[in-house]
Amino acid sequence: MTTYFNEMYDGASVRAPYARLGDWTAAMPADRRLEKQAEAEALFRRIGITFAVYGEGGDPDRLIPFDMFPRVFTNSEWGKLERGIKQRARALNAFLVDVYGRAEIVRAGRIPAKLVFQNEAYERAVAGFIPPKGVYSHIVGIDIVRTGPTDFFVLEDNCRTPSGVSYMLESREMMMRMFPELFRENRIEPVDRYPEVLRRTLASVAPAKCDREPTVVILTPGHFNSAYYEHSFLADLMGVELVEGADLFVDGGFVWMRTTEGPKRVDVIYRRIDDAFIDPLCFRPDSMLGVPGLMDVYRSGGVSICSAPGAGVADDKAIYTYVPEMVRFYLGEEPILQNVPTWKCGAADDLKHVLANLGDLVVKEVHGSGGYGMLVGPKSTKAEIEEFRERIKADPENYIAQPTLALSTTPTFVEEGIAPRHVDLRPYCLVGERIELVPGGLTRVALREGSLVVNSSQGGGVKDTWVLAE
Amino acid sequence: MLSRTADNLYWIARYMERAETAARLLEVGARISLLPSASGYRSDWDSLLRASGNGAGYTEKYGVPDQKNIESWFFFDRDNPNSVASCITAARENGRIVRTALTTQVWDALNTAFQELRQIEARRGVQELSRLTDWVMRHSAMVRGSIDATLLRNDGYNFLNIGYYLERGDSTARLMDVKYYVLLPQVDFVGSGLDNDQWSMLLRALGSHRAFHWAYGGEITAAKIAHFLILNPQSPRALITCVAGMANHMGRLAKYYGRETPAQAAAQALLSEIERQTVETIFDEGLHEFLLRFVGISARLGAIIHDSYLSGDM
Amino acid sequence: MRLTVDHVTRYHYDAPVRGVVQSHRLTPSRFDGQKLISWEVTVTGGEKGGAFRDGAGDWVQAWTVKGPVTEIEVRVKGEVETADLAGILRGHRETVPPEAWCRETPATEADEALRALAESARHDEPLSFAHALAFAVAGAIEYTPGATHEHTTAAEALAAGAGVCQDHAHALIACARTVGFPARYVSGYLFAGEGETPHEAAHAWAELWVPGFGWIGFDPANRCCPDERYIRLGAGLDAREAAPIRGIARGAATDSESLEVAVSVAQPVAVQSQAQ
Repeated sequence: MTTYFNEMYDGASVRAPYARLGDWTAAMPADRRLEKQAEAEALFRRIGITFAVYGEGGDPDRLIPFDMFPRVFTNSEWGKLERGIKQRARALNAFLVDVYGRAEIVRAGRIPAKLVFQNEAYERAVAGFIPPKGVYSHIVGIDIVRTGPTDFFVLEDNCRTPSGVSYMLESREMMMRMFPELFRENRIEPVDRYPEVLRRTLASVAPAKCDREPTVVILTPGHFNSAYYEHSFLADLMGVELVEGADLFVDGGFVWMRTTEGPKRVDVIYRRIDDAFIDPLCFRPDSMLGVPGLMDVYRSGGVSICSAPGAGVADDKAIYTYVPEMVRFYLGEEPILQNVPTWKCGAADDLKHVLANLGDLVVKEVHGSGGYGMLVGPKSTKAEIEEFRERIKADPENYIAQPTLALSTTPTFVEEGIAPRHVDLRPYCLVGERIELVPGGLTRVALREGSLVVNSSQGGGVKDTWVLAE
Repeated sequence: MLSRTADNLYWIARYMERAETAARLLEVGARISLLPSASGYRSDWDSLLRASGNGAGYTEKYGVPDQKNIESWFFFDRDNPNSVASCITAARENGRIVRTALTTQVWDALNTAFQELRQIEARRGVQELSRLTDWVMRHSAMVRGSIDATLLRNDGYNFLNIGYYLERGDSTARLMDVKYYVLLPQVDFVGSGLDNDQWSMLLRALGSHRAFHWAYGGEITAAKIAHFLILNPQSPRALITCVAGMANHMGRLAKYYGRETPAQAAAQALLSEIERQTVETIFDEGLHEFLLRFVGISARLGAIIHDSYLSGDM
Repeated sequence: MRLTVDHVTRYHYDAPVRGVVQSHRLTPSRFDGQKLISWEVTVTGGEKGGAFRDGAGDWVQAWTVKGPVTEIEVRVKGEVETADLAGILRGHRETVPPEAWCRETPATEADEALRALAESARHDEPLSFAHALAFAVAGAIEYTPGATHEHTTAAEALAAGAGVCQDHAHALIACARTVGFPARYVSGYLFAGEGETPHEAAHAWAELWVPGFGWIGFDPANRCCPDERYIRLGAGLDAREAAPIRGIARGAATDSESLEVAVSVAQPVAVQSQAQ
């Protein structure tokens, strides 16, 4: 029987960061709790928040469950996380600039060439290009799990367009509105400057040709997209236009947006559409979402695209295992945050180990996301395991395996009252002229008892994430 | 502002106003059917369908007009792009797209209308017609009111108002055209009870019944009604009021942007044209002909606004 | 050999379009086998956009034309001094490593027949193997203008046993990649001298990466390696990627676009007799 680290209780005693929350819950009768929960839901629905985490898909009008019990980090816990996350974001960007340039890390034999250059996310169209400030991935979402008081592991990196940050902001807003007393009693680091930091980060990577205050826009696939709410939410808080592909066009060496006062030049595009759809002239010719000619403008320095096309080659699950190596190679440092030990089924020895221990492992598709196409050994039936075994054997290169992590739990409001549920964490690291991290992130919680899958499409919810001030 | 955003705002207004028109048409129809001289109602349904601008769609789906089908066509039917349900859904969708250009109050008003519409659709057939039309009027007023009370007076506000006035002028002209024949001057001499009923029904449909009596008093005559609905700037739905409103907001846009477009000139030309008219010149031209001409000019004006601001090609 | 090029592409739209965006790979590559004497590209009513050298070493120039417009003409005029390097792309600078040219595309996806064709050409020595592949493809697909179209895949062309230079190149690329050669599609011009089969002057062939030599061109359509009669423009994973002109007209109705191409490649002294 695995024991799980409970972030609030150490045996019978309450861990320091949660000290005041014990009294708070003790003083909250069940009917008030239900009332508050209903209030929160009504607020979310009225604002029109709907939500989907990157790649999860699903009904665009679905509400993700919100749990009122906050998840708390001490200042020193966060300090370590912050250093580790920033270090990782720097290494990932150094890697991207390198593999689209001379690829020294490949030449040095630290990463197999095939893994990089035959990767689907490797974008030949940006090879030889160094984006402004040498940044490919401007918003790095790093998924982290905790297994003990000081044990944190990186589960995966998201270098393209990690979503969910609106939930970090809205959860906080909701908590402050419903429980102002908690914020008086606890000294909680604010997260509401995130949109401003994001805007500054984006503006800081404007192309050299931009000789005035940069015009930043968010490019969305449109209002049918499941994350549209987040796109419009961020545009609003940053005070920038939310555009669709058809609102932009290329003329001369620049990108322009159609406004009621005529064309207006655009300098930085925070795109929330996939590489393949950015420019039908360069990528998928059938894309109706993109802007024809955009890539030529980008490569000739007329506009910046965030994150840069091709950034995905750094967050592939097969590349993931090499991130600690990147930290050592580019930064000459030891990684502060550990990877989860990973077996690559493509390697014969690893495959043997994986097939022999399927019942204890989590197996994932290399390119999959959203908790689909994965096997959680200890939670699966014999038949499911056997079926997966065949899938792995048929295409070993497509799978990696990891030990079943003893994900930490935090107290969560459930029907019967309060019970521990497993959580993970996605902080959003912003990389531009500077590297910045707002103290907080998206905590996802597996609401089903015993479940280790936190994805919203699989019964996950979200919580407010607190970092206590010193 | 993005051209597409302006376009979305403009269409929020047009769809909300159009939902109201559908409800008013429905109200007229229902009242006609309650008249004792029920023999004529078939042709009245026909003229309602004509006025809605999409009679062919109805005929194709249902064939001959009957009250139940007409109600469902004007209120619930998604196949009818001008039905209350279609318009409110479209207005809310346009609102969702430009959520950030709206205040919470405006979004709330739009979203609440849409959420309640879904409930009404679920309980379809249970509600009385008059409650449905009241419901539409109430929500249309809430959206309009929240726009007036909370929105910044910027370019977006002007595009919303231009949408409202353009659609409303068009709607008044079409509603009058349904009954233009009872407004022909010679009918004054007949003075039959039916005609009087029809006139007051027209006023009721435009929500102007009481306003008319306050403004004019005495007998209802064709000339008074035509004046009230076309030329009286006090009347909120009069064509002149709509055109003046449009010209006003167009002028504010030009000032805001420091740039005139063909849209300003076109709105101003239409305003001068209406200001020159009298009841006599209108009846000389023929009321039906005049209204048709107005609907045509108004559509062209819409196209010019599109080219000047909303298409993004300039 | 000195070669002059006069290449005109005329686009006609049935209804005026709102604007046209194009991306050109219309400038001869920089390598030891060719030297530019003069080169000019013009687009009627066009404005030059951004320009850059891409990771494959090709010079890319963007153009935009403001609408409404119903016709535009892209004209390439220039003169190049070429040399015969037996197909070897010597002195060509590029960032993208050969490993990145192994990806299949829909046009170059290998089926059983292509795989079998590749195996039938197997040699131990890579250079001989590469030559044998080109030879095998030349033998399996007969040069037949009109037998295939723009979107024909390598597998379809092989099944039909007929095609043009694009099909030869696609088939060779597909075969080469299945047996481990990085391979790519090259577009350019070909001067057809007297007494030889006159193929289209706008030409295409394939390049294979052969250990010890680097990139080598193979032209199955003419059963040879590119020599001084060839002018190399640019490379891509397949014909679509390597297209000398990629363009999109905004607001164009589908199928309302028609295209006329006229290319002549000549030796400067004999311009009059060679043209047309």
